[in-house]
Amino acid sequence: MNCLSCHEPIQIKFGWNDLFYLNDPSSICSACSDQLERIEGEICRMCGRSFSIFPEQYRQDDCCFDCLEWEQHGSSITKNRSLYQYNPFLKEVMARFKYRGDAELVKLFQKELQALVKRAFKGTIVVPIPLSKERHYERGFNQAELVAGMIGCPYYHALKRPVHEEKQSKKSKRERLEHATVFTMNEEFRSAIANSDVTIVDDLYTTGATVQAAGKILLDHGARTVSSLTIARG
Amino acid sequence: MRFASIQTEKGSFLCPEPLVEISNPSLFSIKHSTMLTTPSINPSFSLDSNLQTYLSGRHLLIDELPFPIDQLHSHYLNGSILYEKGILLNKNRYCCQRCGNDDQTLFASFSCFRCKEEQCTYCRKCIIMGRVSECTPLIRWVGPARDKELSAGLAWDGTLSELQKEASQRICEAVGEPKEMLVWAVCGAGKTEILFEGIERALRLGLRVCLASPRTDVITELYPRFEKAFPKAGVAALYGGHSELTSPSSLVLSTTHQLFRFKNAFDVIVVDEVDAFPFSYDRTLKFAVDKAAVDQSTRIYLSATPSNKMKQRVRSQNLEVIHISKRFHGYPLPVPHYKWCGNWSKLLKKQRIPSVIRQWIKEKLASGRQAFLFVPTIEQLDTVYSILKENPEIDSVHSSDPDRIEKIKRFRKGEIKMLLTTTILERGVTVPKIDVGVLGSDHDVFSSNALVQIAGRAGRSVEDPYGEVVYFHFGKTSAMVSAKREIQNHNRRAGLVTRR
Ligand SMILES: [Zn+2]
Ligand SMILES: [Zn+2]
Ligand SMILES: [Zn+2]
Ligand SMILES: [Zn+2]
Repeated sequence: MNCLSCHEPIQIKFGWNDLFYLNDPSSICSACSDQLERIEGEICRMCGRSFSIFPEQYRQDDCCFDCLEWEQHGSSITKNRSLYQYNPFLKEVMARFKYRGDAELVKLFQKELQALVKRAFKGTIVVPIPLSKERHYERGFNQAELVAGMIGCPYYHALKRPVHEEKQSKKSKRERLEHATVFTMNEEFRSAIANSDVTIVDDLYTTGATVQAAGKILLDHGARTVSSLTIARG
Repeated sequence: MRFASIQTEKGSFLCPEPLVEISNPSLFSIKHSTMLTTPSINPSFSLDSNLQTYLSGRHLLIDELPFPIDQLHSHYLNGSILYEKGILLNKNRYCCQRCGNDDQTLFASFSCFRCKEEQCTYCRKCIIMGRVSECTPLIRWVGPARDKELSAGLAWDGTLSELQKEASQRICEAVGEPKEMLVWAVCGAGKTEILFEGIERALRLGLRVCLASPRTDVITELYPRFEKAFPKAGVAALYGGHSELTSPSSLVLSTTHQLFRFKNAFDVIVVDEVDAFPFSYDRTLKFAVDKAAVDQSTRIYLSATPSNKMKQRVRSQNLEVIHISKRFHGYPLPVPHYKWCGNWSKLLKKQRIPSVIRQWIKEKLASGRQAFLFVPTIEQLDTVYSILKENPEIDSVHSSDPDRIEKIKRFRKGEIKMLLTTTILERGVTVPKIDVGVLGSDHDVFSSNALVQIAGRAGRSVEDPYGEVVYFHFGKTSAMVSAKREIQNHNRRAGLVTRR
């Protein structure tokens, strides 16, 4: 078995822990796994950012200023939880996954993703953030959908993203990503969403603008609550 | 993308999805296409010379081509372009047509939005150059060859040593002939200069030349030198993110990786450091060279430490060899000497450095010369550095050090006197007055070739042609013995008396 990330053989060392994971061979070697910064300890109750690397003066109790601001404007999201800090290593892995198109890399996150869902998103309905048709064609897949597929329960294409981001090409790439948050409801799934707790799945949470916009549409169409789950916290 | 099949009087051909008029229910992934005939060349078709120039000799994905699909397609219909499967499935085994990968563990599949197949298989090995999947055709030019421009003219006025001259002469004779040749040149022989005349001759014959190296820094270092030497050739350098070839360059410097983007392109291919990690002359590199070269090409391999396989081919006279056993400055290679230093790994574990080595470090720092101290592993390197870091003249560097380039620069400038390093610096770095020590030369990472390359760091300049090389060990290994013997053999071959 080779590491999905660096392709080096994974050394299997037997320890006490392995007794519990015998049927669950790892897809990542320890050298790569060590470079993933798991978000643990004290976090913002809203956006899930780790307070250990966040300046004290930008938070009030268990919530960061960014989220307080969202809440003032009426946040559509109850909470976000992310697996890892978006550090240089993960940035590189995500770039290979998303832009180079190495779909297989999504399996790196499977185990911890399922554990997080068990821990914080039990009994919710999963909705991946959609891509515009053009972007979807360009990549060949939707990375958020692949992430949703790792969770192991059915997911719904409840949202659509009809506007092609390139139309705003005057803006910088970053701006485009932030503003390309025009979603519409896929009526087919209206009844599935109604009165449900919904979890939006995406690859990255940066300012929260994307999931907030998506959350709003879902709430408008009858979702009880909306939260989000992302691989990386930028 | 998907294709439809279209019928013409000449047979049935492919038509790319965006050019299919109405939404056609019979669109298919190119993986399902069998027996589709290639349109024959239409001599009266007026082809686009930009497209011809861009695509000649190349093997690219549609996404890599800055030409509209209808333009590509009209060239296809008139016999100048091929759509080929990017991934072939043969007897249940996948094979990537771009990089030659057939390791089944390096293929994966996904539900593909382009071809609408649940399982679209792609190659993970060459993914960094853009994904080749079962529905991604590779495109290449099969139309008329572009007009040859005369791009010869050598503007280099350096002089060659006797040995270099002889080698240069033989390379010249080889150019244009279908043959393989190994230039087995010691570290510091001046390999680049001996290529100049041969390349000039090739360009004069209208041949296309490529110099490939496994390492990007070699390409970027050689680029200005070649540009200066061949001002008319419009030299192109391809590496990492710089992979576009917009001019019809007849002289291309390329990383071995970038060779995968060529097919039947080069009449002459020079492969530098055929033995270098991590692209030893293995199947991957062989595939790349075979693919990028035309049939009947001239192939020249450069190495200071050829692999055993290559040496075997030389011995069985299946590979022609040119020996350059003398450095360009004419002095012999520094012959390493062994020094027993006790159980160094045990001492390092106790945060101690063997006293012999401590003494050597002290002497070197006092001598005013610079020195490399090679250490087997990053972990051991960190230990040694933590013991010595009090001394501001000493620094350490390894492969995943973010300040690596900066530190090497400072070492070159002489701001760092002694650099502790792992084998990453075994090649390439040239500093004039230098001595070299290897702490734990009996460790597995120090293969015979690595030890020869390491010794080759010393005595590279004519002002300081000797330099000292010490292998500190806790028991001689066969790698150490064979490294020393190899160096002595070179000196003997060069008619130079070996000192010590
Ligand atoms: Zn790994
Ligand atoms: Zn927050
Ligand atoms: Zn490949
Ligand atoms: Zn496909």
